[in-house]
Formats: sequence, structure tokens, C-alpha cells
Amino acid sequence: MKVTKAVILFHSTNYAMWAVDVLKANKVENKLIPVPRDLSSECGYCIQICADSVNKVEEILKHENIEYERIVQIK
Amino acid sequence: MSIKTSVNRNNIVYFDNSATSFPKPPAVIEAVVNYMTNVGANPGRAGHKKAVEAGEIIFNARKILSEYFGIKSPMNVIFGSNATDGLNLAIKGVLCHGDHAVTSSMEHNSVIRPLKKLEEQGVIELTVLSGNESGIISVDEIASAKKSNTKAVIINHMSNVTGAVQPVEGIGKWCKKNNIIFILDCAQSAGIIPVSLSAGNIDMLAFAGHKGLYGPTGTGGLVISDSFDVRKMKPLKEGGTGSFSDKTEQPNFLPDMYESGTLNIAGIAGLSKGVEFLKNFPGGSDAVTDHKRELQKYFIEKALKKIEGFKSYSAFDGLGVVSFTIEGISASEITKKLSDDYNIMSRQGLHCAPSAHKRIGTFPEGTVRFSFSVFNTVEEVKLALLALKNIREGN
Repeated sequence: MKVTKAVILFHSTNYAMWAVDVLKANKVENKLIPVPRDLSSECGYCIQICADSVNKVEEILKHENIEYERIVQIK
Repeated sequence: MSIKTSVNRNNIVYFDNSATSFPKPPAVIEAVVNYMTNVGANPGRAGHKKAVEAGEIIFNARKILSEYFGIKSPMNVIFGSNATDGLNLAIKGVLCHGDHAVTSSMEHNSVIRPLKKLEEQGVIELTVLSGNESGIISVDEIASAKKSNTKAVIINHMSNVTGAVQPVEGIGKWCKKNNIIFILDCAQSAGIIPVSLSAGNIDMLAFAGHKGLYGPTGTGGLVISDSFDVRKMKPLKEGGTGSFSDKTEQPNFLPDMYESGTLNIAGIAGLSKGVEFLKNFPGGSDAVTDHKRELQKYFIEKALKKIEGFKSYSAFDGLGVVSFTIEGISASEITKKLSDDYNIMSRQGLHCAPSAHKRIGTFPEGTVRFSFSVFNTVEEVKLALLALKNIREGN
């Protein structure tokens, strides 16, 4: 199956909330969702984005100094 | 100018806003009730939608406060119970064995007690600057106190006793030039005097959420500059943060490293609305300061003319904090009569700032303090003047 989505995992809820706000400001489509069961993360939720926007998201998060655990592509 | 409010004030005149502001804007109360009624969850501890809502409330507050205090990262807003929490974190977190700290004679006990404790324990050397007759210090005075081991300058922005305002801009520049940490106590000034950490070269700013920012009690904390290296400040408490739970060590990033345990979410929800109330205040921050200045000027001018033996320890053009005495009547007698006979709430005594009273010559008797909010009116000040005249004349 083609990979179409990715999730950003965070160590802390505070950063997940911040990332949502910043991605929204940058008009990047995103959705706060519970962490998928095959992934584990300290933070109870993660941000789902389109796989196509991963590079852009990485740039934005880096530019804003928003720390995240990792970005994982999902089916 | 009269600020209309739908808040029930129970027919009292409340002039004790430096202790905590009352009334609160209706939106503050609604936000507290909304959280407790409709949200109720703990952010960062679960993935359910109510935890997300609670997380949004907290993030929103960090964002509003970071913008309000001129920093970029919302993560640099550290919530605690009050300004005292923020000051203890800054003072005890930054100062280490062998350091020297500089402060002023106008400090509240929330600054002077932690500093004195460190001095008594032999941890730090402390210099308390006298300042001028109003306790206002100069950059030259700080510079002359500087030693090779001076690590931090901790200054009260606005005195809770007299309303005296310290020259923060010059102090900030000097601290930056000399690589000294500048910690500003904005317990009284936040919401009254606009402050920007980035523009003012301030490393850390302690704020009370429940005074000039019109939030609920139990809110406040510390705002840290974007450029401050947090490795220079150790946490004072460790505990659950909802992050890195697999590790027994405290996280080393903001805000988690300084925020252990569940936050006062209901209070923080209200605090956001308090700051929004100020941001949307007609006329902006100038209107807030103008209103308080008008009340202060009116009160002092009329009192000096009409009340025999009245003496003010505050400036005519101050921002809504007036300390005064009336010859022959104790401060506690005045405040009790104002409360019992006239429903006017004010505060007597030393206002948790004994050294400030020593500096202005009112120790140990203290003063009566009127502290105004945007909800107070000239009509209320007129009532107080009449009441004080009656009390003075023994009626």
C-alpha cells in the first residue's frame, strides 16, 4: 500500500500543541490524533500530516526550534 | 473615565488590588467555570480528547503570555502558583556557592527572603542598594556594587508599597553589557507597565497572574528570555511532567524541566482571559495606565487639601498604588474603620516589604495602601476621601 501519511511524535504534549499552532500558521494540513498502536510515544497524541509535506514540516519545526521525537511514515 | 462591568462587587469599594485584583473580568470567571464544567482533564497525561482540550488551554495561555512579555517561544513561560514561585525558581535556581547578587531596598519579601536565606547559609554574598529617598536605584549604584563574582541583579519593577518604578531599561542594558543575569520582579507591574524581555534585556521576569493581569489567584510564574541558557538554572523540584516517564531524571527542556506536577489548569484558563481583557482594553495599555494615574492624582491632590495630617509616600503621577498615613491615627485603625463603616477595602501595615518601609521612613508602623484597578472610579475615590475626612475628624 502506498504511503500517504506521516505522524510527528513528541516527547512532550507542550511541543505537540506548539507544533499544531505553528503548522496551522504555516497553512500545513495537520491533525492531532492518538498515537497509532504500533508506535509508542511518551506523549499521548501525535500530529498526522501528509507524507508529501514531511520535508516542509521538518524545515518549519527546525526553524521554530520545536523539538520532536521523530517523524514516521504510516500507511 | 469609568469602566463599566457587569461583575457584582457586592456594593464594596475595593482598593486592595495590589494584593489581588477584584473584581475579575467576566470572561475570566467564565473560562474557569468552563474548564471545571466542560473540560476537567489533565493535559499531557492521556490521549483522549478532553486531555487535548486541556492541553490547548495551557498552550494558548503560554502563547498569549509569551507575546505579551515579548518573547518568541511559548515554551519559555513557566507556570507556578504565583510570582513568589517564579522568583524562588529564578533566585535559587541561578545562584550558586560563591556568587554575589545585587538587589534593592524596595524588595518584597518574595525576593529578599530567598536572597537572605542564601546569604545566611553562606551560599552567596548579597548587596542591598538603598537607592534615593524613594528607594529608586541608579545604574551607577549597581555598577559600584559590582564584584568579580556578581552573577545576578534582582530588582522589583514596581514597588508594592509606594508604586515607585525602577529604571529597568538602563539596568537591563548594563546587565547585558556586563554579562550579569537580570531577574525582574513584575508581581506588581505586569499588566500595568508594558514589559518586553527581548527589548529590555531582561533574562527572567516573575509575574503574578492574579493582580494586574486579572487572572485567578494561584496563577503566576516565570518568563524566561529566548536567549537565556537554561543550563544556568537548576530546577527546584522534580516530579511528573508527562514527558520521558521511562527515565528517572528530570527532563532538561522547557517548560517541563521546571514544571513538575499538575498545573492549575482552571486558573490558567482564567489567566488567558485576563490578559486578553488587557490586550483588548479600549485605548490599550496607555488607557490602563492613564486611568490609574488619574485616580492616583485625584486622590493625593484632594487628600492633601481636605484631610489634615495626610501624608503620601507615593508619586502624584504614579500608577495606582498610594501609601499614606494620617497623623494621629494608626494605619490599622484607618483600614478597619474604612472596612467596617464604609465598605472600603484597603491594606494597612508593612505589605510584606519591611525594608521598603524602612527606606521611606514608615517602619515599623507601616502605611495605609490604596491600590486601584481599571474597575475603580473617581466616584469611589470621592467616597474614600469623604470617609477618610470623617475618620480624621472623629465622626
